[in-house]
Amino acid sequence: MSEARSRIFGRVRAALDEAAPEEREDDAQLDARIAAHERGIRPERVDLDPPALVDLFVDQATKVNATVDRLADASAIPDALARYLASENLPAAFRMAPHPDLEALPWAERPALEIKTGSSDGADVVGLSRALSAAAETGSVMLCSGPDSPVTLNFLPETHVIVLRADEVGGTYEECWDVLRAKLGVGAMPRAVTFVTGPSRTGDIEQTIYLGAHGPRRLHILLVDAA
Amino acid sequence: MDPTSHQFKENAKQALSNDNLQSALAQMKVGFVERRREAAEKIPEFDRLRDQARDLKNHTLANLDRYLERYERKAIEAGAHVHWAETAAEARKIILDICRQKQAKLVTKGKSMIAEEIALNEALEADGISRVETDLGEYIVQLRNEPPSHIIAPAVHVLREEVEEAFREEHTHLDDARRLSEPSDLLNEARAILREKYSEADVGITGANFLIAETGSSVIVTNEGNGDLTQTLAKTHIVIASIEKVVPTLEDASSILRVLARSATGQEFTAYTTFTTGPRRPEDTDGPEDYHVVILDNGRSDLLGTEFQDALRCIRCGACMNHCPVYHAVGGHSYGWVYPGPIGSVLTPTFLGVAEAGHLPNASTFCGRCEDVCPMRIPLPKMMRHYRQEEFDKGLAPPAARFGLDLWRFAATKPRLYRLGTRVASWAMRLAARGGSLRKAPLASGWTDHRDMAAPTGASFQDQWSARGGRRRPSAR
Repeated sequence: MSEARSRIFGRVRAALDEAAPEEREDDAQLDARIAAHERGIRPERVDLDPPALVDLFVDQATKVNATVDRLADASAIPDALARYLASENLPAAFRMAPHPDLEALPWAERPALEIKTGSSDGADVVGLSRALSAAAETGSVMLCSGPDSPVTLNFLPETHVIVLRADEVGGTYEECWDVLRAKLGVGAMPRAVTFVTGPSRTGDIEQTIYLGAHGPRRLHILLVDAA
Repeated sequence: MDPTSHQFKENAKQALSNDNLQSALAQMKVGFVERRREAAEKIPEFDRLRDQARDLKNHTLANLDRYLERYERKAIEAGAHVHWAETAAEARKIILDICRQKQAKLVTKGKSMIAEEIALNEALEADGISRVETDLGEYIVQLRNEPPSHIIAPAVHVLREEVEEAFREEHTHLDDARRLSEPSDLLNEARAILREKYSEADVGITGANFLIAETGSSVIVTNEGNGDLTQTLAKTHIVIASIEKVVPTLEDASSILRVLARSATGQEFTAYTTFTTGPRRPEDTDGPEDYHVVILDNGRSDLLGTEFQDALRCIRCGACMNHCPVYHAVGGHSYGWVYPGPIGSVLTPTFLGVAEAGHLPNASTFCGRCEDVCPMRIPLPKMMRHYRQEEFDKGLAPPAARFGLDLWRFAATKPRLYRLGTRVASWAMRLAARGGSLRKAPLASGWTDHRDMAAPTGASFQDQWSARGGRRRPSAR
């Protein structure tokens, strides 16, 4: 390790040991604190039963300019997507994340939809991805990178469509982390985890909010009720 | 950048007579304050969340070495290269070495105040590496060839017409007839230009809002998505962070995130909050091949165990400057270095010394709004007062101020003399006043040159107190 590293650690250690020895904890205590994943204050707005929590999610996502389409079951997705693209005057074409849930959908029923899969090359107008979880507190959707969820799909297409199941909507960010840990194991992370809260925006010109800064101009969530 | 904090007074004078700047500041001082208040009101736990964030960061700072070790271990496990820099020069060298090794010609940058602190832009340019700022505000100040004037809204001092002017000057391919008068036109123009740059870039550089000890992740929050594009599309991603950015767990980061955007822009959450852990995995189809993290000290470790340790809790939300009457009047550039506003008035003397930056802690009315709104409850006025004291002790305060303070001390420690003095002064002021106020007053031209001074209207507090049978403690009644 570098000399800079040992000098920095030396100074930090010396200062802290002298200033506040009573606040110093040993390795075992700190490892236990990390392992406990103790949660902080839970915003009371998420103290709701599951259906009301989903309503809160929809409400919060809508407030930050996302659009939400609630569907009775997953088989309705191709139809709903085709309708959405037509209503926004978008071409009937999109780039889809190669996620098994998305690939299993009855796309054959909408043969006019032109589907590409994989990472975005920047030319795609619409991207379709699959969320892992969502936090109702701020209407945020959790996306985790991986071969079945390329990151470029979330940022390059002008319109980003996300498929989310209603039973995947949790109250807080902490609940999303638990979902991720249950999937990958404790301490493991995909390369990129993004909480998406509405479409891209900027306030950098005279503090007025404009949508579609560098990322998507539109965020559309297909929220599927039945498992 | 070469600091100009020592000429704060001249900077401020210029700023006050700059009409465009004054129009821009008039807008920001209303917007940010209202939005932050509304955001705080929407969540009844807000003040408790602030206490919690403060306590959490205090715990982390008290065990900073061990959390940094844990962060480093996990980051390396995930494939990160972790570099340590004691000084700005070391950090620049580490970053330039990586760029050279990658034979980088183009670097894209997400917004990073640490990059400003280490003067990375100048170093890249000196090395012949092109740099493109991807945050719209940073891009605007890059076109105008000036530093950011605010830590989260770099171009807050720029009017829309001036943005158009800057675009026309630099984007020479633009037809004169092309409409750029609306912000959305400007946004589309920037979007189109930057689109090409993201994937063309050899290296993408971003800052970090947090480092997570539990997972070895770095966290950025952006509204535009520019940070994500920067770090996803370049072949190499370099994160520049400083030692105090570490927090223990994902839960802890989530807790602090609840106060960050609300305090900064008044949003409940930023559009994109991204946790990045290592480079592209073998099975991934996108993401950078290399992931480096440069962790900077640059004097921060010297603050540990001192009265300035609390400043290391700062999460760079900008609430203190958004609510500061001095910032509202003179703007960010007047402060003369990287960090403006109240936090800048504490950090600049810390990093550059009181001799360079002694004016900044004096440029405060001590109204306390900064501390009232700070999500991390940093006692900013107390820290500024400490630097005023240091300036006085080191004999750096101007002779007139020292003379005035000595005179006041002489009188204030002799109660009879003090009371006599205030009686005489208030009598004289009433005598000289016209219509209740003074146009001119000896020793107070700094005030009366710009506005009238109200004359005292009655007896002093102490005289009124004793006239009403004062001098008794409430418990004696």
